[in-house]
Amino acid sequence: MTPTLTLQCLTKTYAGQPALSDVSLTVAAGERVALLGHNGAGKSTMMKIILGLIPHDSGSLQVTGAAAGSPEARRNVAYLPENAAFHPALTGLEQIRHYLSLRGEAPSLAMALLERVGLGHAARRRIGTYSKGMRQRVGLAQTLIGKPRLLVLDEPTSGLDPVSRRDFYALLDGLASEGASILLSSHALTEVEARTDRIIILSGGVLVAEGALADLRRKADLPVSFQITPKPGFETDLAAALPQATPLSGYLSLSCRQDEKLPLMARITALADKIADFDVQPPSLEDIYSHFSKRAGQ
Amino acid sequence: MSRILATSGTEFRIALRNRWVAISILLMALFSVVLSAAGSSATGTIGADRLSVVVASLTSLAVYLVPLVALLMSFDAIAGEVERGTLPLLLTYPVSRPEILLGKLLAHLAILTLAVAVGYGIAAAAALLLDAEAVAGLPALWRLLWSSVLLGATFLGVGYAASALARRPSGAAGLAIGIWLGLIVLYDLGLLAAVVADDGGLFTTKVFPLALLANPADAFRLYNLAASQATAAAAGVAGAANTIPLWASLASILLWPVAALALATAAFRKVTP
Repeated sequence: MTPTLTLQCLTKTYAGQPALSDVSLTVAAGERVALLGHNGAGKSTMMKIILGLIPHDSGSLQVTGAAAGSPEARRNVAYLPENAAFHPALTGLEQIRHYLSLRGEAPSLAMALLERVGLGHAARRRIGTYSKGMRQRVGLAQTLIGKPRLLVLDEPTSGLDPVSRRDFYALLDGLASEGASILLSSHALTEVEARTDRIIILSGGVLVAEGALADLRRKADLPVSFQITPKPGFETDLAAALPQATPLSGYLSLSCRQDEKLPLMARITALADKIADFDVQPPSLEDIYSHFSKRAGQ
Repeated sequence: MSRILATSGTEFRIALRNRWVAISILLMALFSVVLSAAGSSATGTIGADRLSVVVASLTSLAVYLVPLVALLMSFDAIAGEVERGTLPLLLTYPVSRPEILLGKLLAHLAILTLAVAVGYGIAAAAALLLDAEAVAGLPALWRLLWSSVLLGATFLGVGYAASALARRPSGAAGLAIGIWLGLIVLYDLGLLAAVVADDGGLFTTKVFPLALLANPADAFRLYNLAASQATAAAAGVAGAANTIPLWASLASILLWPVAALALATAAFRKVTP
């Protein structure tokens, strides 16, 4: 089966500054891919090139089997811009009816779409009176028009509260299970963790990491840290038994490489009668993310 | 076609909410009423019917007002979308840029036609009420109406081009006012000064008629005055109107809307969201 999206050695330069360098990527049908990076890492540039809004300098790309920005591609791709904006004088219902007409769908479907994103109650109010989260939902509703084969979502959950966020990802799961590919960008790895099949990290326009979260965790090979609280009176004993630990107020802190984890655990277990409490902290998602971002010299 | 109609429907609704429909109708109606009230005293002596005289005055009014209303409605069309941040999303839809422009044009032109029809209608009704002979002026009124719509289309297109070139509403507004001043006010003053300085030389006989045809507003005035019974009642370019054939001014008012829209499309294509 041909992939929904293929980028090959895509390069884009803004006024001598590289915005994207040699980025290659494929997204299969039904795959959910998260695009991570700092501000200015090239996420929005990449999305705009995929949408055909801006041209690229070299390399090639295929969007749903057609050229980016071609009528064929535009029919199959839905986009949610960062900070989705609409004309304040229109109501949510009118705006969605308009978008339905532009895609050649029946305007009467608008109310159902708005209800699907939880905006049914405000459908007849002007968008000018909406909150940021409500505008974001209007933006989300218009991405559900028709049967898009690729959804490009630029920071889709900004402005949504945690409950709406969960609803939003449930909606995406439904779309993906029907075969739609999803490319969404985010600042935070914590947020996309369990919701995407694959993570791509861009840094300074370079694709620095790609894979499922477990792959990235393994590749980063970040140290595991331990916190050991000694039983009263055993502080010095324990510090002597674990010379690499740093004594802090009330507990000992030490860290080790992933492959030293088990031997160290065995040594700690042997000291069990001197230990009151014990915690293992695997590298956090933010640690993994900044590890890859930093490696590229950011 | 359905995409163009959808766009114009939405644009019309926006103009209705922004009071543009009400403002333009009120403006045209107000000026027409003032004009017919002021013109009613001076007739009688000219020998033309009352409506023909009113049409001649309305022509002079339309030359100023129609381009102004058209530019005011259009300057925000693209710059506004850029500023609100609505353009990138719109351009990812399967709708082409010329389709977007045509949709906006259709809506704005409908509003302008409505305003012009109401304004001229009031003036014509007043004339017909006071003078039974005024029926003779109806063809001139009809001609004024459709040529005003074409003049409006031209300046809507020019406004869209300015909007796309400026990219910001404030810049587009400035540009639109500049265009209005330049084409409607200063252009004629410049030509007048040149004709006076030339004193019947080559400029007056060769360049001046072409310069009038090149300006859509002047071509509009020429066409209506030359075709009207009441040429004698008009001032200014009446002399020139007699030397330029009717087909030439007609061609100018027919070609300008197409040229303006082509200009707007070219400028819009250069806008990167």
